[in-house]
Amino acid sequence: MTTQISPAVQLAETPGRMTPGPQKPRRTFRGSAPRAVVNTVAILVFLCSVFPVYWMVNMSFTPSNQIISRSPSFFPLEFTFKNYITAWTREAAPGQTDFPHALASSLIVALSVVVVCGIFAFLASIALARFAFRGRYVFIVSVLVVQMVPGEAMMYTIYNMVDDWRLMNTLIGLFIVHLASVVPFTIWTLRGFVAGVPADLEEAAQIDGCTKAQAFWKVTFPLLAPGLVSTGIFAFIQSWNEFLMALLFLKGYNLTLPPWLNSFQSATEATNWGAVMAGSTLIALPVVIFFLFVQGRMTGGLVSGAVKG
Amino acid sequence: MSATLTEHDAAPRTPGTRPPKPSTPAGRGPRKRKFPLAPWMLLAPSIVLLGIMVVYPTIVMFITSFTDLEIKNKMLDTPANFVGFDNYVEVFTASDFPAVLARSLGLMLVLTVIIVAGGMLIALLMLRLTKGWRLLVSVGLLLAWAMPPLSATVVWGWIFDTDYGLVNWALNTLTDSQDFRGHSWLANPWSFMMVLVIIIVWQSLPFAAFTFYAGLGQVPDEVLEASQLDGANAVQRFRLIVLPYMRNVLTAVIVLETIWNLRIFTQVYALQQQGGLVSETNVLGTYLFRQGLGEFGVTAAIGVFMVLLLMGISYYNVRSSLKEEEA
Repeated sequence: MTTQISPAVQLAETPGRMTPGPQKPRRTFRGSAPRAVVNTVAILVFLCSVFPVYWMVNMSFTPSNQIISRSPSFFPLEFTFKNYITAWTREAAPGQTDFPHALASSLIVALSVVVVCGIFAFLASIALARFAFRGRYVFIVSVLVVQMVPGEAMMYTIYNMVDDWRLMNTLIGLFIVHLASVVPFTIWTLRGFVAGVPADLEEAAQIDGCTKAQAFWKVTFPLLAPGLVSTGIFAFIQSWNEFLMALLFLKGYNLTLPPWLNSFQSATEATNWGAVMAGSTLIALPVVIFFLFVQGRMTGGLVSGAVKG
Repeated sequence: MSATLTEHDAAPRTPGTRPPKPSTPAGRGPRKRKFPLAPWMLLAPSIVLLGIMVVYPTIVMFITSFTDLEIKNKMLDTPANFVGFDNYVEVFTASDFPAVLARSLGLMLVLTVIIVAGGMLIALLMLRLTKGWRLLVSVGLLLAWAMPPLSATVVWGWIFDTDYGLVNWALNTLTDSQDFRGHSWLANPWSFMMVLVIIIVWQSLPFAAFTFYAGLGQVPDEVLEASQLDGANAVQRFRLIVLPYMRNVLTAVIVLETIWNLRIFTQVYALQQQGGLVSETNVLGTYLFRQGLGEFGVTAAIGVFMVLLLMGISYYNVRSSLKEEEA
């Protein structure tokens, strides 16, 4: 019995396989370069990666009059929250939304995408991983091809379509577009998770007296939970960051956060850079937090279509 | 009971005496069920969604690309005329689309080369680091990767700002002059592209680096050690042993980066907003966007061309995915 379980646990973690952090000690690629040189390069890579993020946060806490200075300060010497207050309260431009409304719009769209996409992809991935049926291969080919069709190429065709449905400048319209762009990748990733839980486990539970449905909910579903969370977060980030369609579809008070930031930045001749930096930081914050949870699975999911070690 | 399970388990996992590898899906494949309708019911929501939102508009776009559909037709509710390949001819001969296409392809090539090479170098670096140092590098890379593209572009745009940018300040300080005072990086198309490349490379390197790093873990130590004993130097070992083991990972990253770099929109658009010369810096995405509502026939022709181009590139990705599925 134990030998049955242990590979199952490993299998359930398969899609996270690409996470950095190796299992075995690395001695192999040790070259001739001294440790000090290698470590110096490491610090350089770290600084180059982090600096723009640091600079954004630094600027967001720096008073406006000091941001517009020809000798930049590397710390917010006169620490202020004023930029955040401005970003939060002021309209992006006359007749354009303010931050709280854009935040609400973004949250509504992204969370709906997460929930609906989760359900759609969950059902589809079970069909692909648990059933052999005529047409399965065709569906997989279609998902892969659809995933490659660039939404931006069809922007005006989709614009016309959504306009015909009277859904232009509505969050529902944007939601449907985001949903369709996230679902193929999500199906593909979740399929890997479902396939990673062997059907044998369910059958074992059935032998132990569970019904088919019970076996699924009590055995397979808990093992899928991490996969569902990861793909959900992925869908959220995709929708939260999406700029093009939101820019094309939404106006005035319906803007989501990315087009809000865009208007906020280019609204007037004298852009309030401190507030723009504060706005950028606020938009980045949830993404950074969520991202840290799923990055390993994201690498795995993106590559798994093409690579299986 | 365990006998039943083992037997059952062994049946689909037959290939040879190979121990079941946890990462291969082979053998745990789907099995026949009694209801042929069940999978289709599970797939139905996704099929309907993708049918309406992807397949249908693709067909409509294809048809539209052969008509002279304009916003006027939509407003007056009149049908458009069939014009054959006129839109395609116009796009490729009488517009600045060829220039945009060339710029996009050139940018894609430069970006992909830098990202793949740089990602590999960082992965090799990470391999040599001790645990703490590797964590440091990983944290930095993750932050860069996690930044929303728009936020990243805003910050980088500010770093390269004409009057108050850090880069101009640093160059003035380094050269001990005021030569770079008021130097506008975005006004010149070439330096605009340089800033754009920096932004995109900065955000894309982490994905390549982490993927390569994971791939390098699959290269068996014994083979490397053996080759080292046989006298292979570091470059030879990398070229003759590491690269063949990494071929799958490498292909996947190259294909994905090629597609992503050809589809860039946010960074280019946002940087143009901060002071780029739009006509000289457009790529496929921003060019199409800036066509605006109007001649739908023409934008559809551009769209069809983009779809074909990207599908051609992703052919390899789809093919290798399918190979995996059949295995």
